[in-house]
Amino acid sequence: MPGTIIEINKLTKLYNGYRAVNELTLSIEEGEIFGLLGPNGAGKTTTILMLMGLTEPSSGTVRIAGYDSTREPLQVKRIVGYLPDQVGFYENRTALENLVFTARLNGITEEEARKAADELLDTVGLTEVKNKKVGTFSRGMRQRLGLADVLIKNPKIIILDEPTIGIDPKGVSDFLGLIKSLSRERGITVLLSSHLLNQVQKICDRVGIFIKGNLKAVGKIEELAGELLKEGNIEIRIAVKEELNEKIMEKVKALSGITEINSRKREMFIKAKEDLSSPIAKILIDSGFSLLHLSTKEYSLEDIYDFYFGGGAADGKAG
Amino acid sequence: MERQASPFAVLVQKEIGDYIYSWKFLILLGIILLTAIGSLITILSIIKDYAANIDLDNSFLFLNLFTASDGNLPPFITIISFLGPIMGLALGFDVINVERNRGTISRVLAQPLPRDYFINSKFVAALLVIGVSIFSIGFLIMGFSILTLGIYPTLDELLRIIFFLIFTCFYIAFWLNLGILFSTIFHQSATSALAGLAVWLFYTVFYSMLMNLIGNAIYDNQMDLGVFLTRMNRLSPIGLYNELTTILLTPSIRTTTALTFEQLYGALPSTLPFSQSLMLVWPHICGLIAATFICFAIAYLIFMREEIRA
Repeated sequence: MPGTIIEINKLTKLYNGYRAVNELTLSIEEGEIFGLLGPNGAGKTTTILMLMGLTEPSSGTVRIAGYDSTREPLQVKRIVGYLPDQVGFYENRTALENLVFTARLNGITEEEARKAADELLDTVGLTEVKNKKVGTFSRGMRQRLGLADVLIKNPKIIILDEPTIGIDPKGVSDFLGLIKSLSRERGITVLLSSHLLNQVQKICDRVGIFIKGNLKAVGKIEELAGELLKEGNIEIRIAVKEELNEKIMEKVKALSGITEINSRKREMFIKAKEDLSSPIAKILIDSGFSLLHLSTKEYSLEDIYDFYFGGGAADGKAG
Repeated sequence: MERQASPFAVLVQKEIGDYIYSWKFLILLGIILLTAIGSLITILSIIKDYAANIDLDNSFLFLNLFTASDGNLPPFITIISFLGPIMGLALGFDVINVERNRGTISRVLAQPLPRDYFINSKFVAALLVIGVSIFSIGFLIMGFSILTLGIYPTLDELLRIIFFLIFTCFYIAFWLNLGILFSTIFHQSATSALAGLAVWLFYTVFYSMLMNLIGNAIYDNQMDLGVFLTRMNRLSPIGLYNELTTILLTPSIRTTTALTFEQLYGALPSTLPFSQSLMLVWPHICGLIAATFICFAIAYLIFMREEIRA
C-alpha cells in the first residue's frame, strides 16, 4: 500500500486578520490525483504556495515526503514540480532553452538536460516547435510546455494551479489525459486546483472542496455525491388540472423511496431516491386527476458543485 | 563528464545572456562608445597644446585623455558621470518586476535554490556586464591613444586609470542598485524607470540649485558658503563621483578642502603620488560603496519579505 506523501496539519494563513486558509488538515496518498476545488479566492493558490514553501503559514505544518515545507523548502522543491496558474517563460528563449534552464537549476548537467528536455517535449507533443521562441506559443502550448517544465526535474509530486484555465475544451481533455497517463506511468502524485469541477472530475481520484479558506468536504466524487444525495437525487415536478387534496397526498407519500414532498394547489414537488414518476402518475390518474405536466430532474455533478459552492443551499440551483 | 553548475552560476549565466542579447544594452553601449570616441577624437586634436605646456613636475599627459576637453564635447569623465547612471538604471529598472509580471519568478523560485539567489544573481550579472563594458571602453581609449600618439602611460598613470575604471563600476553599480530597488518596489517597469530617472534628474539638475538656495539663506560669508556647498555636494552620488574621479585623474590636486594661507606657506607646488591621491579620495570611495550597498540591502530586504504570487 502506498503511504501518505503530503500531510497538511491545521494549516492557517492570515492576511491582515482575514483567514485565507483556515485550519486545513488533509493528507494525500502517494500516486493519487487529488483535485482541490473551489471558487476563485477560496485560498487554493495560497495553500499551494505554502506547500511549496513559497509563503510562510501563520500556523500549522506541511510535510511533504517527510520534509517540512517551511523549514526545508529546498528539499521539498527538489521533489515537487509546481506549475503556477499564469506560467511564465522567458519569451525570447526557445522552448528547449527554457527547459534546459530549469533542469540546470536542478543541478542536471547541460548534456543530460538536453536529452531529458527532448524526451519531454516529445511526450507533451511540442517536438516540432522546440526551437521556436516561447513568445510565439499559444496558451495551450505554454501549458504543455509548463507540464514538461515541472516534469524535467523528475518529481515525485506535481502541483498544478488551475492548469486548464484558458484552454479550449479539446485542449483541456488532451491536457488532463496527459496528466493522468503520466501520473499512472511514473507513479507521480498530482495535486491540482481548479474552479471547474466538470473538467477535472474525470481524472481526479479524490477531490477536496474548498470554500472561503475552509475544506468543506473531501472524498471520491461518488462519495461526495452520495453525501449530497442522501436527501434524494431525483426531483419530480408534477402539475395536474384539479386541485390536490390531503387524500391523494397521503397516497403518494406511501410510496417507498420518497425523501421529501411539497405541494401547492395544483403542483407537487417530490424528491426521491429513484425515478418514481410512473408509479406517481399511475396513482394520480387512478384517482381521477388529469396530468398536465410531469418532469424529472436528476442531480448531476454540477449540482454537487453548486451545492457546496453555493453555501449549501439544500436544493442546489435548479436548472 | 561535465561538472554540474551550481544554480547560482546558471542564473548569472542566463542573466548575462539576457543582457548581451537585449537591445537596450546594445543601444546604451553604442551611445557610450560613440561619445567616448567623439571625446577621444577631440582630445587627439588638442593634445598638442597640452603637450606644449608640459613641464617636468607635471608630466601626466596621458591622464588628459580622460579629463581634457576643447569645450565642444565634454571630457570622458564627465560623459561617464552623466551616462553612467543611465546605464545603471537601464540595466536595473526592470529586473524584478518584469519577472514578476511575466510569471517567471514563481517558476524559478519553485526550483531548489535559495530565494536570495534570484536577486543576487541579477546584481552580480549586471555588475559583470558593467565591469566588462567599462573596462573595454577604458582600455580601448588607452590603446587607441598609444597607437595614434605614440605615448604610453607611466605605472602611476596606469594605476590611476585602472582605479578610475573600478570606481566608475561602483558608481554605475550604485545606479544599478537604485534601479533594482525601484524594480522591487514598483510593479510596473515604466513607473520604476521613471522613478530612477527622477532621482537622476534631481541630482544632476536640481540638487546643486537647491543647495545654493539653502546655502545663500544660511550663510553670508562666501567662505562658509563654499564649505557648505562642497559638503553638500558630497551627499550627491554624482557630486561624490565627480570629485573622486577629478582628484584621482588630476595629480596636482592636493586637498579636498580650502586651505588657509598658513597651511599653504612653504608648501612645494608639486603633484601627489598615486597612493596619496588615493588616500585623499578614500572617504569618497567608502561613501560611494556604502551607498551602493545600502540600496541593494533595501532591495534585498523588500524582495525577501515580499509575497510570491503568480
